[in-house]
Amino acid sequence: MQDEPTPTELIKAVADFLRNEIAPAIKGHNGFKLRVGINALDLVTRQLALAETGDATEAARLKALLGADGSLMELNRALSEKIASGEVDLKTPGLSEHLWQTTMDKLAVDQPNYASYKRELGAK
Amino acid sequence: MIETELRRCVAAFHPGATGVTGAAKLSGGASQETWTFDIVHPNGNVGAILRRAPPGYGAAPGRAAGLDAEATLMQLAHDAGLPSPKVMHVLTPEDGLGRGFIMARVEGETIARKILRDEEFAGARPILARQLGRVIAGIHGLPQAKLPQLRSLTATREIEDLGREYHSFNWPRPVFELALRWLRDHDPGPSSEVTLVHGDFRHGNLIIGPDGVRAVLDWELAHFGDPMEDLGWICVNSWRFGEIDKPVGGFGTREDLFAGYEEAGRKADPDRVKFWEVMGTLRWGVMCCGMMQRFRLGPDHSMERAMIGRRASETEIDLLRLLAPRGR
Repeated sequence: MQDEPTPTELIKAVADFLRNEIAPAIKGHNGFKLRVGINALDLVTRQLALAETGDATEAARLKALLGADGSLMELNRALSEKIASGEVDLKTPGLSEHLWQTTMDKLAVDQPNYASYKRELGAK
Repeated sequence: MIETELRRCVAAFHPGATGVTGAAKLSGGASQETWTFDIVHPNGNVGAILRRAPPGYGAAPGRAAGLDAEATLMQLAHDAGLPSPKVMHVLTPEDGLGRGFIMARVEGETIARKILRDEEFAGARPILARQLGRVIAGIHGLPQAKLPQLRSLTATREIEDLGREYHSFNWPRPVFELALRWLRDHDPGPSSEVTLVHGDFRHGNLIIGPDGVRAVLDWELAHFGDPMEDLGWICVNSWRFGEIDKPVGGFGTREDLFAGYEEAGRKADPDRVKFWEVMGTLRWGVMCCGMMQRFRLGPDHSMERAMIGRRASETEIDLLRLLAPRGR
């Protein structure tokens, strides 16, 4: 077992330092790059917090949809092939709900400020 | 110093020029650069832009029209009275600057967030969609006989290209598969009319002033094809920068865009435009994945490229909003 602090706590501490102490002092292109870097650290902390539950529920939905077992990658590959061939489409019970939930879970990590995501979150 | 070559080059095509000043690189990938500089002249300095592939780089790769074709298209657009910078000089081997051209610098803004939020552009926003409709119509109506050689693309071909590129990443994305399947099922077939298509008509490639659009830039992806492609691309949600209820660039309505297009004597086909909007949304998603690949494979190992890979999911939610809207 690794010791504390957790990866999340470490990354948060670094991101907060860069955001609060360094970013205000850096201008121009490096300022832009610094903001991208802070965004990347924030994304990693969101992924560390959310991915485990998201992946587990995604895998459960995929297994139910496909009636098959496998890794998340294998299951997504199988679903992709069935969509490409037309064997599964939006009329298939559960497909639309699955794609929506999976996509919402990705956006919660990738871009929680994306306007389409915020709209759909409010509309749920 | 690039100013040495520029000074010699400018003296040859701009009578009375005594030098150049303030040369600065605005953007540059490995094979293409944009520079700004001023031509020094007794009657007053003239702002100029150099767009070039540096010496040692050959013809443009893949989809690109090529810098010579870009120069020709910009000049034709300028001659037709469209908002387009005057092309001052097409580079020759004697210039020692590589391939490319020098054009007049047009003052204004290209950054979407400023155009959509700054007070300075408050008067431009309500008129832009209609204006751009007219400009796109003008592009589609440029004299065919004078156009340079360009690739011809159909919807079918573009679906195939996009599918091949996505599959080359070897990373399954059910939403992209759904979009590809939808595109195949809704392929409208060859367009009854084939015209010049700008190919990248969106924020970033449009110089906007308080008075509206001042210049259309970046003809790199110009080709012959379905004119509705340009109308669909500018409606892609990725170019609305948060203003998702204003489909045209975050500032206007499709109705205004189509009205401007039709004022210029052309006909908009809303169904085909919707098809191209779906295609464009998927294309931007595939491009995001492509940037992630370039990050991983090394040529551009930057955080920015890496993070753009995490924007592909934005296009997935937009594709679902287009193809599988949730009942509310």
